[in-house]
Amino acid sequence: MLRYTVNRILGMIPTLIAISMVVFFIIQLPPGDYLETHIAELQAQGEKVDPDKIEFLRKQYGLDKPLYEQYAIWAFGLLQGDLGYSFEHQLPVNVVIGNRLWLSFVVALTTIIFTYAVSFPIGVYSAVRQYSIGDYTLTFIGFLGLATPNFLLALILLYLANVWFGTSIGGLMDPEFVDQPWSWPKVLSVLEHLWVPVVVIGTSGTAAMIRRLRANLLDELQKQYVVTARAKGLSPIRLLLKYPLRLSLNPFIADIGMVLPQVISGAVLVSVVLDLPTTGAMLLDALKSQDMFLAGSFLMFEATLVVIGVFVSDMALAALDPRIRLGGGATK
Amino acid sequence: MSDKPTERGAMEHYVNKAPFDPYRVEQLTPEQERYYQASQWRIMYWKFKRHKLALISAYFIGLLYLTIVFCEVLAPYNLHTRNSKFIYAPPQSIHITKDGALTWPYVLGYKSSLNLENLKREYEPNPKKIQPIRFFCRGDGYKFWGLIEGDFHLVCPAEQGNLFLFGTDRLGRDVLSRIIYGARISLTIGLIGVTISFVLGVIIGGIAGYYGGWVDNITQRVIEIIRSFPEIPLFMTLSALLPPTWSPIGVFVGISVILGLLDWPGLARAVRSKILSLREEDFTTAAQLMGASPARIIGRHLLPSFTSHLIASATLAIPAMILGETALSFLGLGLRPPITSWGVLLSEAQNINAVALYPWLMLPCVPVILVVLAFNFFGDGLRDAADPYK
Repeated sequence: MLRYTVNRILGMIPTLIAISMVVFFIIQLPPGDYLETHIAELQAQGEKVDPDKIEFLRKQYGLDKPLYEQYAIWAFGLLQGDLGYSFEHQLPVNVVIGNRLWLSFVVALTTIIFTYAVSFPIGVYSAVRQYSIGDYTLTFIGFLGLATPNFLLALILLYLANVWFGTSIGGLMDPEFVDQPWSWPKVLSVLEHLWVPVVVIGTSGTAAMIRRLRANLLDELQKQYVVTARAKGLSPIRLLLKYPLRLSLNPFIADIGMVLPQVISGAVLVSVVLDLPTTGAMLLDALKSQDMFLAGSFLMFEATLVVIGVFVSDMALAALDPRIRLGGGATK
Repeated sequence: MSDKPTERGAMEHYVNKAPFDPYRVEQLTPEQERYYQASQWRIMYWKFKRHKLALISAYFIGLLYLTIVFCEVLAPYNLHTRNSKFIYAPPQSIHITKDGALTWPYVLGYKSSLNLENLKREYEPNPKKIQPIRFFCRGDGYKFWGLIEGDFHLVCPAEQGNLFLFGTDRLGRDVLSRIIYGARISLTIGLIGVTISFVLGVIIGGIAGYYGGWVDNITQRVIEIIRSFPEIPLFMTLSALLPPTWSPIGVFVGISVILGLLDWPGLARAVRSKILSLREEDFTTAAQLMGASPARIIGRHLLPSFTSHLIASATLAIPAMILGETALSFLGLGLRPPITSWGVLLSEAQNINAVALYPWLMLPCVPVILVVLAFNFFGDGLRDAADPYK
């Protein structure tokens, strides 16, 4: 297990380096750098720009150096937790982002937990009671959940909440807590608001997971060992838990690699609609003003989150299935 | 054969006296004959037809794609017609009865007043203004496909009247007409994107699967890296990079290319794994020995074995593209007016005030959901039918 873990961690390093290169390439894509655009903009408005400050910024962030050196500076900065400089906000990215990254992380994690917690029992139920009314209803809801883009779901919920309760369900905490330091009531308030984005973001992933688990479990339930076990007189529950469920759990866990990017994508959109203080809305602003270091660090953060998530799911899978950690299964 | 024990205890040995005709037993019913002689695609079609929901979805999608050809005629108004007197007018409903008797379908005109407290224009149906709907009529002028001028519509409002079945937006434009026009963009962007990703996926996946080794390794790594980026943020970033100086048509093409460029890994993986197994088959070796080029082997011998699967996966990729475009335009990073897609329409319903006061601005999400559902069912049906000999 240790060997596998170490291998897996070492394998993540080139991926992360490649991702950081792609991100840096994207940051560099717009013609000119932010400073040039900024100067042109200010001059167009008839304002004076302090040339010393521009020169200082250019030096400090190495904008006068060749590209590969700029990349090296940026990448080493990342390693030390320095995400670069947000030109739009005139502050280091770390300060601008503040605890948005944490809130994003919390939302993503809660959504994943929600997805598993909801889809597991429903998936098992739908498979065991195939073609029952409950199965049909749940399948139908699942299809709807898959087809409704989550930002639309957020809009619809906003509308319904307004019609039924006359309140807005946006935000991640009560307004009075927004600029306050973290305290117990603030945490409670966050928890109170968290369920809306979690449900909204989690729906499509949950629907996909339910269908996946149902299909896997149905495949297993038709196998002969199940018939044998039944013929031997094993109780249905014990049989289900002991064999088919375990086997169908593998793809379920492995799917986190598929669900996580979905969750993070969804979170970005939903946070714009629901006005959440997570990374989404800020990423959008940064993109609109072409503040590329800020946007780049969000992209980097989100991709890293996915890589780590896939790593965690691989670990869980290895713990669950000896074939994987012992290097089997790679024969095909 | 009879195996009833006789009274003597031994089995009775039965022999048919008739001369043995080896072909008599093999006689097929006409139905079986039809089945055995049918081509693969025909059987797939039969199998697909059994999936009722998929069939309905296929008709629905076909119908929608038909409407985008004629959207100028189908829409009661022109895409850009502004009715400055009716800003944010609520949807009108069609009545077919008057005083308990059936009549020609009509709508009721508006009685508008300005609420002086919040300066909101308020509309009420005016029972005195009965405006019969006209069919096959002359209305707003348009340029059919930007080429031919015309003013013929399937449905028009009454003379001097209006017909806002889905209400109007902040400039007094008919939402229904805009949804009909939006279909043209929203539905084609998926097709263009899928075509790009299909071509890329087949070529890259084919090469990776056929050559294996380091080519395959590098491709797998690239795919892994592309897939570690969450889709929407990457879409957002790339589309934000499209130069603002581009024309709306340029942006449209750019967005479809971005959607296509980021979607191929899934398809490439499917192609790769199929080709990896198929290239070990005897017919591949035979083709190789006869000196066929790799491109010919992949294109002529390997791909046809799973074209149906590929088509099914491509169909299932279209809704993701439509959703991607909708999301981007909704955020204001995608298509820009005057190009109108469902996402562009929905971006009007972005804030809570608009949603609360003018809920009909959210109506464009209905076609989005329906189309995505239909494509999902259709693709599911195709996938089930793709392997008809199972």
